[in-house]
Amino acid sequence: MSTVTLHDVRFVEPEGTRNYVTHDYGALSWLLTKDHKRIAILYLFSITALFILGGFFAVAMRIELLTPEGDLLTSDTYNKFFTLHGIVMIFFFLIPSIPAVLGNFLLPLMIGAKDLAFPKINLLSWYLYMIAAVIGLYIIITGGVDTGWTFYTPFSTQYSNTHVFGVTFAAFIVGFSSILTGLNFLVTIHRMRAPGMTWFRLPLFVWAMYATSIVQLLATPVLAITLVMLMFERVVHVGIFDPALGGDPLLFQHMFWFYSHPAVYIMILPAMGVASEVVAAFTRKKIFGYSFVAYSSLAIAFLGFLVWAHHMFVSGISVYSAMIFSFLSYFVAVPSAIKVFNWTATLYRGSVALLTPMLYILGFIGLFTIGGVTGLFLAAIGLDVHVTDTYFVVAHFHYVMVGGAVMAYMAGLHYWWPKITGRMYPEWWARLAALLIFAGFNLTFFPQFVLGYLGMPRRYHAYAPEFQVLNVMSTAGASVLAAGYVLPLIYLLWSLWFGRKAGPNPWGAVGLEWATSSPPPMENFHETPVVTWDAYDYPAMMKAMGETQNV
Amino acid sequence: MSDIAITDAAPEPHVHHPFLQHHFEDLGQQHEASTLGMWMFLSTEILFFGGVLCAYWVYRIMYPEAWAMAAEQQNKLYGGINTIVLIISSLTMALAVRNAQLGKRKATVGMLFATLIFGSTFLAIKSIEYWQHFHEGLFPGTNFTWNEVPALAPKVQLFMTFYWSMTGLHALHMVIGAGLLLWMMMRAWRGDFGPEYYGPVEIMGLYWHFVDIVWIFLFPFLYLIHGVHHG
Amino acid sequence: MADEHDHAPAHAPHIHVTPMWIYIAVFLALAVGTLLTWWVSTIDLGWMNTPIALLIATIKAVLVILFFMHVIHSTRLTWVVVIASFLWLGVLFILTFADYLTRIWQIY
Repeated sequence: MSTVTLHDVRFVEPEGTRNYVTHDYGALSWLLTKDHKRIAILYLFSITALFILGGFFAVAMRIELLTPEGDLLTSDTYNKFFTLHGIVMIFFFLIPSIPAVLGNFLLPLMIGAKDLAFPKINLLSWYLYMIAAVIGLYIIITGGVDTGWTFYTPFSTQYSNTHVFGVTFAAFIVGFSSILTGLNFLVTIHRMRAPGMTWFRLPLFVWAMYATSIVQLLATPVLAITLVMLMFERVVHVGIFDPALGGDPLLFQHMFWFYSHPAVYIMILPAMGVASEVVAAFTRKKIFGYSFVAYSSLAIAFLGFLVWAHHMFVSGISVYSAMIFSFLSYFVAVPSAIKVFNWTATLYRGSVALLTPMLYILGFIGLFTIGGVTGLFLAAIGLDVHVTDTYFVVAHFHYVMVGGAVMAYMAGLHYWWPKITGRMYPEWWARLAALLIFAGFNLTFFPQFVLGYLGMPRRYHAYAPEFQVLNVMSTAGASVLAAGYVLPLIYLLWSLWFGRKAGPNPWGAVGLEWATSSPPPMENFHETPVVTWDAYDYPAMMKAMGETQNV
Repeated sequence: MSDIAITDAAPEPHVHHPFLQHHFEDLGQQHEASTLGMWMFLSTEILFFGGVLCAYWVYRIMYPEAWAMAAEQQNKLYGGINTIVLIISSLTMALAVRNAQLGKRKATVGMLFATLIFGSTFLAIKSIEYWQHFHEGLFPGTNFTWNEVPALAPKVQLFMTFYWSMTGLHALHMVIGAGLLLWMMMRAWRGDFGPEYYGPVEIMGLYWHFVDIVWIFLFPFLYLIHGVHHG
Repeated sequence: MADEHDHAPAHAPHIHVTPMWIYIAVFLALAVGTLLTWWVSTIDLGWMNTPIALLIATIKAVLVILFFMHVIHSTRLTWVVVIASFLWLGVLFILTFADYLTRIWQIY
């Protein structure tokens, strides 16, 4: 054990030493790996493939919506497409994305550990994900599902003629993948931090992963049992959720949303963690209000469990409980706002570098704020009655999930790409892609706020002719967005062979992950580090390196 | 697994315990991590069973008469015996952990075996109950028959849905537990466990006790509902 | 959130061997509790039957958790995990029933 200082390069392996990629060769060495870094790469491939699949459904829908008539897809097919788009994007892309790729890769590195607490369970998580994905793919090929990703009863249990059982089974399995990842992270953060890595020296990304893992651990089992009941009801038809037999469809909705609302925090909390890391690194400053940002992650995780029935305001819950849920829904915005204020305060008088990760995060901060605020509109029962089940809601959640979570994922991917691959991505192409994504995103989804407000309902393949102009704008935006997403696919792959080789710390950032080689060796650090510095201690680092700070 | 090292490197300060996984610093950290991991898994189980219990209680509040009538179809004697059987198995499981801590190899195997016997007894009695209920037409679905108070039949069927699914999930957990017990017995017989390494037996115990706790609640909920119309 | 393991952890696991008599005593308490809950269910106590059954079951569960599962001498973190799980379950119950129990209320 040895004390390491910020710019200590003692952990960096000499050129040519084996890293986690070159440590072992052969497909089995990857498919049976227990190394968290390799498992992260396995996930990277899987979720990229599924993102493309989910995107395909979106493209088809947007093309259909160019014209008011339902002329490209029948209504049944369109129903299947929006269902599958939702299921694939939520369960197979957004929920795993940052935790399974970036979290898996970085968590042990950031806390100075050799691996996660349970490496074999980590691999099991990936296999559960893959099994679920294969089942899902089979279902898609053999006819799909048309219930909406929300599986509302009694349509899903009684009347739908599609593979409801199969897809809920796939969702059940992928839920366990999520639970085990969360469990692994929690135990790792509690029990495997390096000496000196106290809670308040942890990077905020770790706090974010901690909060996310709590939600994964406690919310997902309720989804699991709800899906079990759904599957039972689908097969046996006893009326658990069927009003004709004494059941209550709202019971399904209560239990479904008990998970699915916290699920959106599973998607956004890691994104906020990435934002903190990138803001600190590209302003060369400590995050303003570190402990507030840390505690706000925990607050979001907790408060997120108290608001679920704001998805049910028009379903028939009692007006008294609606009032309670509306009231609670306003509270959950507060910790998110605290984070936005803190990031903004960090940017103020920071040495801002407008490199690709920072561009994505600046976009994230703005778009997440818009998405979040429109969520507050929806929390008001009176407003919600008018805009629920319209494109207003669609725009709201795409702002937070795509403008928020996906952009942060792209930011993280680019920020840590040199660490993961040992290569730099081409900066100018990356910036172009970021701008295309930002512009395309806004052109796609801002018109949808207007459409929803004007009354266009969601989940319909046809619409009233007066909505066409805005729909055409939205589809145009989607094509720009698609181009923006294709570019990274190309240049990131290109960079693996032809990108400039990266040193251990190409950004000059503070963090344990930057104190080891790029790519890291199999065991992460060949000596266990002893941590003596605060998170984001840029002032100390710059003083040690003879720089003056611009504050 | 150690090769003969012909180096002039400094020797290892302590012998590597055969069950110490290399990403942990020492057995203490490994033990704490695995215990914490099992507790976190149990918290997911609490919410898993808790979810279906919530659904059960929603309908119990909505249909108290049907619930009371349905509970009368239950065999309280079998349920009561099973409760005692499971409590005994929890005792033997706790004693197995204790024996492992004390390094008593044969006693550990013995207590694990006793736990397995009592667990299997539970499953046997449960099977008899299920068989009887099935033949009385009390499995929900197309073969469901219940002729007293026909107006309440759909709600009695709903109760039976909860009965079969909750006890079924519980029984599934017991079957998995039985398999794990067998594995633990083999490891204990091999002499794997002692005062410095007994974690697997302890977390086996945590799992088993949890399954017992679920039944502690299922028994009064599914067998002992006091009727409204006649006692 | 200060954790008692910020320094290097102990080399061997921390052993606490529970004395036999505690295990036997808890077992007897559980058996008595079972018989008690059965007996109470045969008496008509009106609305009190359900809360009493719940109370006895809860006491039994707490005994198993504290003594058979060793929580009584486990780390603070273990306590937090156990309590938090039941708390979260409580949230599910309370807010779900907030809907069901208030549906019949009228607004006038």
